Parts: sequence; C-alpha cells; structure tokens
Amino acid sequence: MRLAVPFKGMVQRFALLSLVLAAVGLMILSKAETVLIERMRTGVTDVVAPVLDALSRPVATMAEIVDNFRELTRLRPENARLRAQIERLNAWHGVARRLEADNRTLRALLNFTPEERVTFISARVIADGGGPFVRSVLVNAGARDGLRKGQAVVTGAGLAGRVSETGGRSARVLLLTDLNSRIPVVAEQSRTRAILAGDNSARPRLVFLPENAKLVPGERIVTSGHGGALPAGLLVGIVTSAGEGTVRVEPIVDWDRLEYVRVIDFESVTLKPAPSGAKRRRGGS
Amino acid sequence: MKGSFWHRLDNIARRLVPLGLTLVFILFSVVPLHIPGYSAIVPMLALISVYYWAIHRPRLLPPIAVFAVGLAQDFLSGTPLGLHAVVLLLTYGAIVSQRRAFLGKSFLVVWWGFLVVSFAAVLLSWVLASALSGTLIETRAGVFQFLLTFALYPVMTTLFARVQRVIPQVARNVPGP
Repeated sequence: MRLAVPFKGMVQRFALLSLVLAAVGLMILSKAETVLIERMRTGVTDVVAPVLDALSRPVATMAEIVDNFRELTRLRPENARLRAQIERLNAWHGVARRLEADNRTLRALLNFTPEERVTFISARVIADGGGPFVRSVLVNAGARDGLRKGQAVVTGAGLAGRVSETGGRSARVLLLTDLNSRIPVVAEQSRTRAILAGDNSARPRLVFLPENAKLVPGERIVTSGHGGALPAGLLVGIVTSAGEGTVRVEPIVDWDRLEYVRVIDFESVTLKPAPSGAKRRRGGS
Repeated sequence: MKGSFWHRLDNIARRLVPLGLTLVFILFSVVPLHIPGYSAIVPMLALISVYYWAIHRPRLLPPIAVFAVGLAQDFLSGTPLGLHAVVLLLTYGAIVSQRRAFLGKSFLVVWWGFLVVSFAAVLLSWVLASALSGTLIETRAGVFQFLLTFALYPVMTTLFARVQRVIPQVARNVPGP
C-alpha cells in the first residue's frame, strides 16, 4: 500500500484506527442499550429538533400542494365514491348508536368501572429517512409534553408504533414495521392472540400464534392491551396472507402521509388506586 | 500567517465548509419528503461527501470529522450508534490510501470507483446492522439505497466542485502529497 501523506501517515493511520475502534465500541455499547447512549441520542435530537421542524414544514407544504393537484383531477369519481360510502356508513351509524345505548345499559347493570383514562398528545413528524435498516421517525414532542417511553402512537387510521426514546422536546417513535417492534395483538373476530413482530418489510408477521389458530385474509388485527402498555382495541392492520408458515399483516397506517401523529397517554386501571366510589359499589355487591 | 483577524476567520470558515456541508446534507436526508417508500431507501449523501473530499481535499475532512459525520447520521436516522461512523471511516481510510489512483482521472473513472465504494459501504452497513440485530435484514431496500446513492453522485459532486473553488489553498503550503 502506498502512503498518500508520508509525513503524517503514521499519525493519521493511528487516528483513523482508534476512531474506527471507538465507533465499534459505541456500536456494542448501544446494543446494550445503556442509559448513557440514550441520553446522548436524545440530547442530540433535542438540539436538532427545532431545525428539523423548520426544515420539514415547507417540504410538507409542497407535498400537500402536489397532493391537492392530484386530487383535483379525480374529484368526480371520488365524490361518487364518498356518497356511496356515506350511505353505507349511515346504516352503520344507526347500528353504532343502538349498540352504544345497549352498552350503556348493560354497563350500568354490571356496575362496570371504565377501564382506563386516555388523553392524547399531538405531535408532528419532523424526521424519517432512517434508511434500509430501521423504521422509525422523530416527532417534535418530548418528555416536557408528557411523552414517555412505550406509549402508543396513532394516526387517525390506527396504530403507527410506540415511543422508544424521549428527549425534552423530541422523541423517537419505533414504527410497528421495525425489526425491533413487538406488539401484543388480537384478531378482532376470532379473538386469536399473537404478537405482531416487525421485520423491516412493509408487512409485519404474527408470531406466537396458538397452534389451532385460524386466521383468514381480511381479518382486522387490533391491540390486545396485554402487558398494560398499550390500550386495547386500537386498529393495527388487516391480515393479508395466512399461509401455512407465516401470517402477515398490512398496517392500516399510510406511512407516506405520516405527518401528524397522536401519542396516547394511557393509564391502565392497575396502575392507579381504584376510585373510592367504585370500591364502595364493589363492596356492596 | 498572513492577513488580518478577519481574513483568518474567513479562512477558517471556508475550511469548515466540507464538514458543514456534509452535516447539512445529513439533515436534509432525514426530512420527511412524503414520497412513497423513500424513507427506506434514502441515499447516503454523507458517503458521497466523504468519498469526494477524501479524494480531493482529505485535509479538510480529517478522520475526526468523518467520525462526527457518522455519529450525526446515526443520531438522526436512528441506526445503531457507531454504524455509519464505522462505514464512513473505513471508506475514508480506503480512499485516502488509494488517493493517487483517483486524482486527475476522468469523471467516469471516479464515478466507477464510487460504484464499487458505495456498494461496499451499503453491504458493510447491511452486515453490521444484521449482526447487531441478530437477523438477516431484507436486502431490497439496501439495493435501492445503493442505486440511488450511486445515481446522485454526479449531481452532488458538481455542487462540491463549485464549493471547492471558494476554499483557500492554504493547505498547499504545508508539506503534503
């Protein structure tokens, strides 16, 4: 090998080598998920978050304008489709109202205490582009807005992922397609429990399915609420292929339009003392 | 040293341009573009930058700067910390040691060199990411990332070549290549 810089060659090489070793060391440290590495990560993203926030706004506006033009060209068929949908949904609306009334009476009969108290924190996606090996985004809300690790992140459609790291004013959201994402789910109709495991592909797999599980394509998959970290019943996706080996789920969230998300601040009933009123009622029955 | 305080400050600012530019490109590469599938195949703009400066002005992007660039990339894109640092540093080391093979060559030769280098870099990051996660990550997105990075090289280097003209040639006074 030729020396490009004969005078400084040795020093340069030593510097290069030690930096490579340092980087390898960091890789191993980050694999161990130490608090120190996480602090560093969130510290840096906190500093850069305002810049990314500012940068991502005009880009989002541009994308919106392009979208608007595209939508204008198909206004008429879209309108017809929506009219049809409204008719269909009106029927469902009636059903839902009836069920809601039923539900209320039945709950009253059972002295049922509401399971959880849920509030939302809205955030904007300010960075994605993790490349081929990760599926995560940065959002412009952090611990000071009430975000905590493990909280569910949803769009209007359904579950997008979970908060994996929180800084002061920014947080990283691990999308459910990521390699490291594991979400306890249940099939809406058959009530089959499973874990939704991401593998960086567009369609995560269902693992730990019971042996006699019968899932058909088109079945809706929702969060099961097991483990207490996520609220139950959030729509996750739809089963697309249910072959012999693996069952895959198409997430309901449109990743390309992931601009605003809501973080669910969820307190499971097991984590807080039951309200005194509930206790009294329970004691009486 | 020659010149006044302002002159020197101006010089320092200009010499920080390669590092600053690379960091800016990293920022741009993580901004959500809302293009279907883009975020998984986002080009390694930092790699283009490291390749270019390692060939043309390695002194303006010393190993420590490459290390910082790699860490910045890892911090922002959420990859395991150190992954891009390793990839970029090894790329840098390989290019600097073989600099003379590229200097003064036609653009096509250098671009061809980048084909090999970017392939090796994406492959290495795939190997590292797979080893760290303990599974074989699917390769399709990696292949597209490599192709996109390769395709963007001419655009990026045109920009770098323009920028290079504003950087003073002070480095030439020091004994060097």
